[in-house]
Amino acid sequence: MKWIAGAIIAAALLLPPFFAGDFYINLASQILIAGVFALSLNLLVGFGGMTSLGHASYLGVAAYLSALLTSRYGFGHGTAALISILGTVAMAAFFGVIALRASGLGFLMITLALSQVLWGLAYRMSDVTNGDNGLAGLTRPAPFGISLESPAAFYWFALIVAVIAFVMMAIFVSSSFGSSLKGVRDQPRRMAALGFNPWMIRWITFIYAGFWGAVAGLLYVYYNKYIHPTSLSTTSSAEALLGVIAGGSGTLGGPAVGAALVLLLKSYASAYIERWNMLLGLVFLFIVLVMPTGIVPGLHKLVTRLRGRSS
Amino acid sequence: MQFWIIQGLNSLSLGGLLFLLSSGFSLIFGLMRLANLTHGAFFMLGTYFGAVALREYSGLNIWVTALGAGIIVAALGGLFERLVLTRLKTNPLGQVLVTLGMSFIISDACLVLWGGDSIPVPTPHNLQAPTRLFGFVFPTYRLVLVGIAVAAIGALNLLIDRTRLGAMIRAGVDDRQMARAVGIPVSRLFTIVFCLGAGIAGAAGVLGGPILSAYPGLDADMLPLALIVVILGGIGSLFGAFVGSFIIGFIYTFGTALVPDLAYIILFLPMIVVLAFRPQGLFGRVSA
Repeated sequence: MKWIAGAIIAAALLLPPFFAGDFYINLASQILIAGVFALSLNLLVGFGGMTSLGHASYLGVAAYLSALLTSRYGFGHGTAALISILGTVAMAAFFGVIALRASGLGFLMITLALSQVLWGLAYRMSDVTNGDNGLAGLTRPAPFGISLESPAAFYWFALIVAVIAFVMMAIFVSSSFGSSLKGVRDQPRRMAALGFNPWMIRWITFIYAGFWGAVAGLLYVYYNKYIHPTSLSTTSSAEALLGVIAGGSGTLGGPAVGAALVLLLKSYASAYIERWNMLLGLVFLFIVLVMPTGIVPGLHKLVTRLRGRSS
Repeated sequence: MQFWIIQGLNSLSLGGLLFLLSSGFSLIFGLMRLANLTHGAFFMLGTYFGAVALREYSGLNIWVTALGAGIIVAALGGLFERLVLTRLKTNPLGQVLVTLGMSFIISDACLVLWGGDSIPVPTPHNLQAPTRLFGFVFPTYRLVLVGIAVAAIGALNLLIDRTRLGAMIRAGVDDRQMARAVGIPVSRLFTIVFCLGAGIAGAAGVLGGPILSAYPGLDADMLPLALIVVILGGIGSLFGAFVGSFIIGFIYTFGTALVPDLAYIILFLPMIVVLAFRPQGLFGRVSA
């Protein structure tokens, strides 16, 4: 069974550039980006028990840094990417120190407040960020001289990064550090009594999640060649969180599936209605009320309940 | 000198508004252990109700409108609490996510109903003339707002400290299980407090209208301010919310006036300092 599932997933990831049209290849690239972002958030939410509502900060700041460095200050893409990621990781380290003063709902409120402050900054500091107009006319990098302008080329690039991200995060979670993280999530006091430092474990995870959030941000800005303050908004954080919860938080691949579903829903719905935010809100209500453990376990439960009723 | 005094008054009136907003948030959090992220949207809903009602019916005055909007928003909040939040009693994270979803729905609904242009709320006629005090000129409406905030903390304090309902709320905040065991209807109390908090936010939205006017994104502007106030003052403490509101009112107003680009960064500072030295907030009894 595992082999079959693996083969199906590999085929689904490898085949699109050969058969699908540009629209669907681009959609697949967006799904990969959203997947990396959701996986990085899942490190906090699912494995660390730290529900962050400000994860868009890392995506947005890395994207803005890269955009500014390449378009305004004439940096090459390699250096710009390095500086953007380092800068974002440093910010994550700082935000982590602040947010981890609290836990639970306090943590959630602090991350939300911090990210809202950044969002407001991106809107209002228009000398630097160009405010509501966003930064347009950006370029994609050309690693080893290969142009990423075509949808298929970008898809391969995004796929390679996404696979590396997935493997790295899977290793992180299944390592002994990952086990201690899950221990801190479930029994922080016992872990402290055993000589672990819960704060340090949470902080390192926070920074690591910020790192992959920054990577997702770079992919995001390369793909769109444009950046706008909405990438920092609560909506952006909430979409990722919805993906994590819908796919099943604390599972390895679930959040990527959830993120794909949210993205498909978004692009499908926006062809018919303009009201994405309202739909997002309704989906939130639906998922939390009906399938709080995620779509796959939720469907399973629903089916067994229906069967139980009919018999 | 005039600049400092006027900005000082602006700070006070913003602080007053923030108190009306964050007191409800703080009450709800204290009793229900629920971070109500719909609170900014309740405020915005109030502002839109006020703006539209005052535009359509010229006979209305702002006080009646504020009362009406408060009652409507309280009713909506009560409905939301009864229909949705009570189902998630055992799932605090789910509750927060649902309030977030609700805030998206409300703010998008406002955009559909009333469009993307901002709608001004007129200052009441009898308060348009400036007040002269000690040789300085003050906008009267802002003075009145400060008065209302002070009256509100007085009234809320009386409610919490001196009435039977307040005693039950305090019991629920301190020990929910015990309160239930001695026969206090905690679940009904939740609904009452949620309605009260939502209603105050809705009324505050109308009262803030002449200063802020109704525009899309008002909720996203107000919610972080309320969060920062509550984190600063201490979660669940009314007095903390009061002090925090005026601190943030001052910092935000002077920040915007003196260094407009960095006003948002300056909002960080008090929060960081307080979290570093007193994670439970200035007047909080328990950390979140």
